[in-house]
Amino acid sequence: MIGKATVIRTVVLLGAVGALEIACRTGAIAPTMVIAPSAMVKALVAAMQSDDFGGHVQQTLSAVAIAMSLAIVGGFAIGALLHWIPFLRRAFNPFLAAYYAIPHFAFYPLLIVIFGLGPAPLIVLATLFAMVAMIVATMAGLDRVPRVLLKTARIHRLSLLQEIWRIRLPAAAPHILSGLKLAVAYSFIGVIAGEFILSTSGIGHEIAYAYDNFDNPRMYALILFVLAIVTTFNMLVWTWERRLARRRGMA
Amino acid sequence: MTVSLRSLRDPILVAISLVVLWQVLHQIAGDSAVTAPAPTLAHLWEMVGQARFLPHLRETGLAFLQALAISCVGGVLIGVVLGGHRLTGEVAEPILVGLYSIPKITLYPVILLLFGLGMPAKVAFGALHGIIPVVLFTMNAVRNVNRTYLRAGRAMRLSPAQTAWYVLVPATLPEIFSGLRIGFSLTLLGTMLGELFASQRGLGFLLMTAIDLHDVKTILAIAVLISAFAILANAALLAIDKRLHRGAAPDSEKT
Repeated sequence: MIGKATVIRTVVLLGAVGALEIACRTGAIAPTMVIAPSAMVKALVAAMQSDDFGGHVQQTLSAVAIAMSLAIVGGFAIGALLHWIPFLRRAFNPFLAAYYAIPHFAFYPLLIVIFGLGPAPLIVLATLFAMVAMIVATMAGLDRVPRVLLKTARIHRLSLLQEIWRIRLPAAAPHILSGLKLAVAYSFIGVIAGEFILSTSGIGHEIAYAYDNFDNPRMYALILFVLAIVTTFNMLVWTWERRLARRRGMA
Repeated sequence: MTVSLRSLRDPILVAISLVVLWQVLHQIAGDSAVTAPAPTLAHLWEMVGQARFLPHLRETGLAFLQALAISCVGGVLIGVVLGGHRLTGEVAEPILVGLYSIPKITLYPVILLLFGLGMPAKVAFGALHGIIPVVLFTMNAVRNVNRTYLRAGRAMRLSPAQTAWYVLVPATLPEIFSGLRIGFSLTLLGTMLGELFASQRGLGFLLMTAIDLHDVKTILAIAVLISAFAILANAALLAIDKRLHRGAAPDSEKT
């Protein structure tokens, strides 16, 4: 079943793309500013056939994948640890609360000085950026496990491992999943923004390079590519989350 | 007295441990990668005193303030419209969430082409970062206003303006303020990102120049300056935020 809102949203988006196409074709918007969407797609196909394209994509995506895994696994472990040791948690709390107020990219130059140019500083930056969302979400999830469930677990004489696996983790899952969603988005943002500012390869760098060379078709093609990949990935996680929620009768 | 000491203790401990961590990093990595805390802070102090530093600070500050004003005013206005009209909100929400989670830096060249190099592009980019959370939070706040309050208002024959002032504003303010706090941080992030790329003035430009010169001391000094500003502002906003939420109606607390 497709809702009314979905239909309107599709029409609005298609209309916006169509309007942009017409405005560009008729010359209302100069090609030095924005090129027509059809031209973007054509340029993207051309860019995908060029030799170096695969290498840049592979580099960016592998950096994102590493950062994402580190952030999710590490964030979950740290979140669980802080949940179980209240003393540590009290110490870290003010730090966690202020964390996303810091513009992390101000520290990116420093990471380059420490780790050198290459994928390492990018991965560190993206991991640091994404991990705290996961930590906070894990703690929030574990905090909100209903007491009734824990009592039930005691009545059934579950062992600690059983209690964690059967009660605590499933009960905390919705919060942990929303942290996971953020961690995915933030890993992409961290890697691509880092590449954009200061790097010698990767998709982010290619976009900045095309901009510097007034190569608008290639620039828009790559922007389109990044947005398409990131949006697809976010949508996948989102759909997965929705399905899990529905199975528990929460959607 | 004891209460204020207790509330100050945690942040002070965190600050001290960060400086210790910094010193340890310096010991491990050496002067060419991380300069020690004391000389860096001395360098920062010296830099802030210099006349040529002030125009950069002012440039960044102005860009940030303009972007912040656009994010707050625009975000609240759009959020109220989207929250007030159910269908419009449902149409727009996934688009906004999608926009929120893409790396907006990829759109920066487009903004540079549209606005040209300089202040307007930075302001637009900062506002682009900050406005979306403000819209989302405002929309949710307006949507979740308890219908009973509105009915009570109607029963007391409040005029639309009175309804807005006595019912809607107090009911939505705590959540909108949370949105504004996140918008504040993201606007700062956006403005800084904008300055790191294709910029001729501002703190971001100083950072990039320092990288080219391999001037670690300046890099760290500016990073510390920006972070300190961000953390202090965030702490102040968070304190107001908590107060507002404590004053909120009990049933908005539950959700």
